[in-house]
Amino acid sequence: MSAPVLELRDVTVTLPTDRGPLRPVDGVSFAVAPGKTLAVVGESGCGKSVTALAIMGLLPQGSRIGGAIRFDGQELTALDAEAMRGKRGAELAMIFQEPMTSLNPAFTAGEQVAEALRLHQNLSPAAAMDRAVEMLARVRIPDAGRRARQYPHQLSGGMRQRVMIAMALACRPRLLIADEPTTALDVTVQAQILALIDELKAETGTAVLLITHDLGVVADHADEVAVMYAGRVAERAPAARLFANPQHPYTVGLLGAAPSLEGGAERLASIEGTVPDLRNPPPGCRFAPRCPFAVARCAEQPPLAPMGEGHLAACWRAPLDSLLVAA
Amino acid sequence: MIAFLLRRVGQIIPTLIILSFLIFGLQQLMPGDPAVILAGEERGDPQVLAQIRAELKLDRPIWEQYLNWVGNVVQGDFGFSWRIRMPVAELILQKLPVTAQLATMAFIIGVVIGVPLGILSATRRDTPADFLANGIALFGISTPNFWLGIMMILLFSVQLGWLPPSGYVPLWEDPVQSLSTTIMPAFVLGTGVASVLMRHTRAAMLTALSQDYVRTARAKGLAEKVVVWKHALRNALIPVVTLGTIEFGRLLAGAVLTEQIFTIPGFGKLVVDAVFNRDYPVVQGVVLATALIFVVLSLVADLLYMAINPRLRTA
Repeated sequence: MSAPVLELRDVTVTLPTDRGPLRPVDGVSFAVAPGKTLAVVGESGCGKSVTALAIMGLLPQGSRIGGAIRFDGQELTALDAEAMRGKRGAELAMIFQEPMTSLNPAFTAGEQVAEALRLHQNLSPAAAMDRAVEMLARVRIPDAGRRARQYPHQLSGGMRQRVMIAMALACRPRLLIADEPTTALDVTVQAQILALIDELKAETGTAVLLITHDLGVVADHADEVAVMYAGRVAERAPAARLFANPQHPYTVGLLGAAPSLEGGAERLASIEGTVPDLRNPPPGCRFAPRCPFAVARCAEQPPLAPMGEGHLAACWRAPLDSLLVAA
Repeated sequence: MIAFLLRRVGQIIPTLIILSFLIFGLQQLMPGDPAVILAGEERGDPQVLAQIRAELKLDRPIWEQYLNWVGNVVQGDFGFSWRIRMPVAELILQKLPVTAQLATMAFIIGVVIGVPLGILSATRRDTPADFLANGIALFGISTPNFWLGIMMILLFSVQLGWLPPSGYVPLWEDPVQSLSTTIMPAFVLGTGVASVLMRHTRAAMLTALSQDYVRTARAKGLAEKVVVWKHALRNALIPVVTLGTIEFGRLLAGAVLTEQIFTIPGFGKLVVDAVFNRDYPVVQGVVLATALIFVVLSLVADLLYMAINPRLRTA
């Protein structure tokens, strides 16, 4: 495996809130290799989007980042705002969940794609616009020349997300963060957009950090998966391995079925209880209050322990194979 | 676009008809008989009064007086001032440039202070700069113009002797003198406009800055000033431009008190004098002209709104 484009080591994020500081990300580690897709999976509120914003340096003012975020061997948390801005849009790009509101309604699609090119590649306005039209054609927008002169409200949701992708990839970034890129789109459009990201990734060698709660998307498009729960990584594994052999009870719950068919499946089909309050998280394993396999030791925080090649799970009771069969 | 314009112009006509009723009807309610005022010394002589009434057609039924006036106005004849013995249209054309100059200066002052202050306080929300800007706006809104005007005259004319306390010189006769006579009243009027624009700009900017597209702009690596002044401001300005146009219309309608204090011979002073003298043709003419300016400016506001809001331009 080549050196990772992005590596997070024990990253914590502390956000200031009216009711005191909040830590939505608490000790997260993972890595993404060039040309690969890492899916970060979890329920809303598990810290996956905050992790993405931390990588981009787009957290709200007053937030604090702990741990290390290494990008191409460079420590991002040590960069000043100016240096970070030079990376954003050029080497690090991001697309967001809501294509309807993520584009500026006052500028044409072409202008918005061209803007990043003018900024990071010092292209003249005309050259940047030519490149923007090229990019729009590359993300399969038909009649790109005409579409480039249109405003976001004249484009469909799928088309707007394509514009976002064109904008994000215009400067050939080393890393693309896609935060729920298809959640707001129709199912057929979803598949097209994800296929497009895969295709461009293969072409350019861009690493992709795909944030999603949709396991179907993960199965089809991710090389590796990190499952997050309440601000921590519960399990990390190559995608195929995770689906075949999940080792954290939360992952098992997410997948909605146990390997055994002996009746245990129904009980795990939905995870009982709710996500813990991050202001007052349970000590030790944060999933323990909802976990059917919890024991006394779960009051201590379990480390991410190896479960096989490239497979890590933070559970005292892993491997779960015998438990799942017994259940 | 053309259909919109036609529809919009079509709306102006009924508006003006209703306005003409109001203008004509309301002044009939004013106490005092114009004939008595015009008769002056001879107000005791019924023959003179009857003659004046006959001359001014005040002895005719009100509906006839109204139709007469409207009929003439439609042909571009605004009538003849009873008092000043001049065509009303000429009076209006004489005073309008004065008020237009004052309004334009006040508006520029209002925009130059109000919009940047609004942006500043939105981008520095809840900091001392924000509180200060809000304090200035509150001061601007709540300070009566006549008081601020008198205070400025006291300071700049009486104490420091920098500026003339009153009077007016047309711009084309002596630009420097013209500006020095109008800068104080323009500032007095401009503070009110600045306060209104500041508060609306601040609110619109706060809304714009919390939008997803602002996050996209930041994710592109744009400098914060480009994010604020290009991406957010362009959207925030849409409501502010409309408001600004209406504010400009209010300024053009004449600033009665401010023009009185600085004895600026503009629209405000013209209409006040006309009301006191029961000079009906002038009152009618000036109010109608003001209304027309307002209606046209609201049309301009709509067109500007379309020009800067692509969602309307291409819909």
